[in-house]
Amino acid sequence: MFKKLAISAVAALTLSTGGAMAAGGAGYVKDVDFSFEGPFGKFDEAQLQRGLQVFTEGCASCHGLQYVPFRTLGDEGGPHFSEAEVIAYAEQNFEVYDEALDDFRPAKPTDHFPVSGFEGAPDLSLIAKNRAGFHGPYGTGINQLVKGMGGPEYIYSVLTGYTGETKEEAGTLFYENKAFPGGWIAMPPPLSDEQVEYAGGHANDLSHLSKDVSAFLMWTAEPKMMDRKHAGLTGVIFLTVLSVLLYLTNKRIWAPIKGKKIG
Amino acid sequence: MAGIPHDHYEPKSGGEKWLHSRLPIVGLLYDTIMIPTPKNLNWMWIWGIVLTFCLALQIITGIVLVMHYTPHVDYAFASVEHIMRNVNGGHMIRYLHMNGASLFFLAVYAHIFRGLYYGSYKAPREITWIIGMLIYLLMMGTAFMGYVLPWGQMSFWGATVITGLFGAIPFIGEPIQTWLLGGPAVDNATLNRFFSLHYLLPFVIAALVAVHIWAFHTTGNNNPTGVEVRRGSKAEAEKDTVPFWPYFVIKDLFALAVILVVFFAVVGFMPNYLGHPDNYIEANALATPAHIVPEWYFLPFYAILRAFTDDVWVVMFASWISGGIIDAKFFGVLAMFGAIVVMALTPWLDTSMVRSGRYRPMFKWWYWVFVVNFVMLTWVGAMPAEGIYPYIALLGSTYWFAFFLVILPLLGVIEKPLAQPETIEEDFKAHYGKAEMPAE
Repeated sequence: MFKKLAISAVAALTLSTGGAMAAGGAGYVKDVDFSFEGPFGKFDEAQLQRGLQVFTEGCASCHGLQYVPFRTLGDEGGPHFSEAEVIAYAEQNFEVYDEALDDFRPAKPTDHFPVSGFEGAPDLSLIAKNRAGFHGPYGTGINQLVKGMGGPEYIYSVLTGYTGETKEEAGTLFYENKAFPGGWIAMPPPLSDEQVEYAGGHANDLSHLSKDVSAFLMWTAEPKMMDRKHAGLTGVIFLTVLSVLLYLTNKRIWAPIKGKKIG
Repeated sequence: MAGIPHDHYEPKSGGEKWLHSRLPIVGLLYDTIMIPTPKNLNWMWIWGIVLTFCLALQIITGIVLVMHYTPHVDYAFASVEHIMRNVNGGHMIRYLHMNGASLFFLAVYAHIFRGLYYGSYKAPREITWIIGMLIYLLMMGTAFMGYVLPWGQMSFWGATVITGLFGAIPFIGEPIQTWLLGGPAVDNATLNRFFSLHYLLPFVIAALVAVHIWAFHTTGNNNPTGVEVRRGSKAEAEKDTVPFWPYFVIKDLFALAVILVVFFAVVGFMPNYLGHPDNYIEANALATPAHIVPEWYFLPFYAILRAFTDDVWVVMFASWISGGIIDAKFFGVLAMFGAIVVMALTPWLDTSMVRSGRYRPMFKWWYWVFVVNFVMLTWVGAMPAEGIYPYIALLGSTYWFAFFLVILPLLGVIEKPLAQPETIEEDFKAHYGKAEMPAE
């Protein structure tokens, strides 16, 4: 009985609600391997730093990151810049409106990244979490569970999914994109090969740029991922030990009732 | 009804006697924790403690979340992100609360299905069953309102759809909907009242849980045989039972710890797996999501709600006989609430004299079809209402009602039950061999 119910419970869990089916034909999302996948996966600091550079030189002209404070760029388990680097980055790249001054001033670490400067460009703070709905096949969630597919894969696939075709509809230019639901996206191809020059001479073709910025956007969506996995692992280990102890205790106290010898 | 005879608390020292003559609280706790419990309870009897844990977890994490959350349409979404990013441990507290709801419902479904299989609803435990159903309804209301609080897209549109159900009631529907929302549409007034009720209802649930426990402590637990504990004398009762402490407390805690291993793995490694990604987009009244999908634990009833479209003959018949007052939408609402009402009426719909499904050869089959059907409804509830899915949903909904309204009443008449053991002790010994209990 218990076994059967356990199976049905697992089945019910697997049938998660997620945005099972994106409307109008889901696009093709490629499974990319990221360093932060799986229970032991970690963000790659260098990759997050490169991703920030891609964001700053590319995405930031239209997209905002309104929930991300600059100071968190210095957090461990994130890009982990030094305090001086964070101060310099905020000051050199962004201006924020200060109510007290009634004017714009260079950004400080305590400020947040600005909101989107271009109407229609979504804020990217949570994009890696709110585009994570690949609960296929047939809404079972197996892709997400087994392959770890989620938002970063989607972002990567959109950035690399342009075919070069365009069409005009009601005065707006649309670009064909294999990953975007419906197949046509209003965003022009934002990245191209060698668009961003990395300091260390790291590979900067479209695929690498896309992968780096996708990883960075996973961090902006889930900045505490490392803490969370650590807490989860601690919990799992502690509770496993507790389970074993309780199992042995239970066995021992029930032994006389069940007519068994205490071993 | 006389309880199962057992030892009661005897105050010994002067201080104990002083307190006991004024407030017999220690005695009450003693009787509660030492209640004679059928010794043959199997692993499906552990869900009660899991549920108690879930209620405590939700209340404790919830109270902390409230300290940092702002119930206002302009700040709610941002305040949740503030909890996720800036509050110490806030991301874990929120993920525990979010996934705690899923564990809560998983446990309550297992608990209900156990009750259905072993006939735990049958006399004299009808009140326990009814209180349980009330708790379940309140849980659904609480979870629904809690899901609105982060003010994401699914929060907003889920609230719009579900409160819209009340609008389907003929004549008085719209005023009721407006009254529930505090305005013509889901807005700040809605968010505020949902916040208030989401904080209140868990304490109502806690009170009902106390009544639920009181009720089954009066009748005694059911058990896998469905045979009652002998209660002629204390010695007789002790052959069928062991005290709850320590035997079942330790057993249940062991099961809880194993379940929590899985729970922590979900919270730590895939906390958003059961949630909808659209809820990380701030609510926007001008952009309707492609598919509005409730949380997984509502899906079976969501499937029933959507199953009755206006090309189904019962709906057409209901519409014709009521002169058009009952349309497909209202019919769906009636079906959804009716699905829970018929389940609550199980004690009177099941006509069998045998309590446990273990000794009911025909019931067993129908029961397992019911379980599979429930899982199927959960799945189809997440699918878009197009193609073959509405037919599957209709089939599943039909079986749901047929199970309670036709199969359960008929089985009691036509089924030939198997022989039941005379006593719980007999069942226990059949399982664990002949060894005698050592003298205590």
